[in-house]
Amino acid sequence: MSSLNKVVKELVILSGKGGTGKTSITAALVHLASQSPTKSIFVDADVDAANLALVTSAEHLEQHDFISSKLAQIDPERCNLCNECYEVCRYDAIELPTEANPTYRVIDLLCDGCVSCVYSCPQSAIKMIDQQDGVWFFSSSPYGPLFHAELFPAAENSGKLVTLIRQRTKQFAENNGGHPLIIIDGPPGIGCPVIASSTGVDLALLVAEPGLSGSHDLRRVVQTLEHFQIPQVICINKANLYKKGVEEIKYFAEENNIQIIGELPFDTSIPKAMVQSKPVTVFSPNSPASNEIKKLWEKLQKILFD
Amino acid sequence: MKIAIASGKGGTGKTMVATSMAAALAPIHNIQMLDCDVEAPNAHLFLNPTINEIKPASINIPTIDYEQCILCGQCVDICEFNALALLGDKIEVFEQLCHGCGSCSIHCPVNAITETPRKIGELKFGTFNKNRPFLFGELTISEPMSTPIIRQLKSNMKDDVEVTILDSPPGASCSVVATLHDADYVILVTEPTPFGLHDLKQMIGVISETGSLAGVIINRDGIGDSAVEDFLSKNGYPILMKIPYQENIAEGLASGKLLIDIIPEFEDAFLNLYEMIKEQIHEEIYH
Repeated sequence: MSSLNKVVKELVILSGKGGTGKTSITAALVHLASQSPTKSIFVDADVDAANLALVTSAEHLEQHDFISSKLAQIDPERCNLCNECYEVCRYDAIELPTEANPTYRVIDLLCDGCVSCVYSCPQSAIKMIDQQDGVWFFSSSPYGPLFHAELFPAAENSGKLVTLIRQRTKQFAENNGGHPLIIIDGPPGIGCPVIASSTGVDLALLVAEPGLSGSHDLRRVVQTLEHFQIPQVICINKANLYKKGVEEIKYFAEENNIQIIGELPFDTSIPKAMVQSKPVTVFSPNSPASNEIKKLWEKLQKILFD
Repeated sequence: MKIAIASGKGGTGKTMVATSMAAALAPIHNIQMLDCDVEAPNAHLFLNPTINEIKPASINIPTIDYEQCILCGQCVDICEFNALALLGDKIEVFEQLCHGCGSCSIHCPVNAITETPRKIGELKFGTFNKNRPFLFGELTISEPMSTPIIRQLKSNMKDDVEVTILDSPPGASCSVVATLHDADYVILVTEPTPFGLHDLKQMIGVISETGSLAGVIINRDGIGDSAVEDFLSKNGYPILMKIPYQENIAEGLASGKLLIDIIPEFEDAFLNLYEMIKEQIHEEIYH
C-alpha cells in the first residue's frame, strides 16, 4: 500500500485573497482530469464557504457528523455565585447574573472550549459538552469522487475538519487505486485552514488576481508556503482587467523563482457556467478561459508526474 | 455604534464597501476604521493611513519552572488543545497549539507555570482623513491563529467615536464571529451567483446566532442570476445597495482607487445608507 501511496499526488489551489477564481478553476481542472488518464479525487477544503459541490453536480453517498469542539455549561442548581469562573475566563464568555437572570451563564459564541472554568469551580457545577461543528460528505460526481464538508455557521475548528476530510480522501485513494491525483480547493487567507489544506502537498497552484489587494495577499500566501517548503506555481486570472497588475505579478514571480503557468482573461463564460452549475470547460469548452485552463492542465500534469 | 462588513465568500467586495463607506463618512462623522481581516488585510491599501504605532499581538504561552515542577501531569490533562505533553521527565510545550487560555498556569498545584507572551502578529495604529483612527492587524506568516489578534485589535478600539466600521475576514467561523459578535449592524456583501447565495446563507446563519441587524449589498449586479434577490425578498432581508458589474470599477479597484472615486454618486449613497442604518438601530433600541 505504501508504494501506491507514493503514486498519489496532491495539488492544492490557493490564492490569499478571496474571490480570485479558485473554485471555478478547480472545477474545470477536475473535469479535465476526468477526461484524461490522470483521474482525480477532489476535496473542497473551504469548509466555511464550500462551493465546489455546487458546480460538480455532486450527489451525497455518505454523510457524517463532525463533532469536535466542547463548550462549557453551568448547572444553575449547583452554582453558588462565587464568581471564580468569571475570574479565570479569558474570553469574556461568562455572563454575570442579572435581576432577570440570577445565574452565571456561558456565552456559547465566545467560549473557546478551554476548561479553566471547569477546574476553577468549587461546586463542580460546570461541565464541558461536546458540540457538533459541522457535517462532512463523501459524494460522487460525473468528474470523480468528492470529499467535502459544511462547517456550521459560527462554529470552530475549520482546520481540524479540513485535516479530517484530507485524511479520508487519502485513505480512499490508497484503498481503491485508479486515482493518481488529489485536487484540493483551498480556502482564502493564510491561517489555520490554509495550513491544514496545504501541509504535505506536492504542489500549490496560486490563482493570482492582478491589482493592489491581489498582489499584497499573493505575497503573504507565497511566504506561508515557502515557510512550509511547498512547491508552488502561479496562474494569473482576470488578466486583461488590469495590465499593470499583471506586470507586477510577473516581476514578483521572477524575483521569487515561481513559474507562471497560466494567464486567464476575464471571461463572462465563468460566471455563466457557475449559474448553470457546471465547470466552465463543460459549459463553454471553447471559451477563452476554457482554452487557457486546458493548457494549464497539461502543464500541471507535466510538473506533477514527469 | 459598530457596523461590520462581512461575507461568507471571499472577494465579494467587503473591503471595497468598508473603505468607501469610511471615506464617505470620515469628513463629516467622527468615525474609526478597523480592518479585522488579519490574514489578508487590504483596507490600508485604499485608505492610506499614516501609521504611528506598531504593537506586537501575542498569546501568553506557558513556561515551566523545572525546579518547582513535580511532573504531576495536571497541566497536560487540563490542556484541551494538546499544547502540553509529558515526555520523559519533562513537560514539553507545543507553542503553536497553545490558545493562551491560561488553564495550565492558573491550575498548576505547585505554581510552576508562568506565562510568557509569544508574538503571533502585529497591531498597527494610525489615522486616515487627517485624524480618524485606523487600526489593523497582521498575522505573522506561518502562524495559524487569527482570532486572538482580532480580539486584541478590538480591545484597542476608541470608545469616543460616533461609529466604528469593521472590515471582517471572509468565511463564517470563529474569526468572523470574533469580528462581528458585538456589532450593532452587519452589512453582508454578496454577488448574484450560486456561490454568492450559498455563502450568504451561511452568513445569515451566523447573524441569527449573534442577533445583529443585517442588510445586504449586491455587488457585481448583472453578472449572474436573480436567485439572491428572490431569496432575500422571501426571507425579509433588505437590499441596501446594488453595485453594478463594470470593467472600469474592477480596473479602478485593482489600481487602489476607492469606489466613491471611480463613481462619485456612491458617496451620497453611502452617506444615505449610514443614516438609514442609524435609524434602524435607533428603532430597534426604542421599540
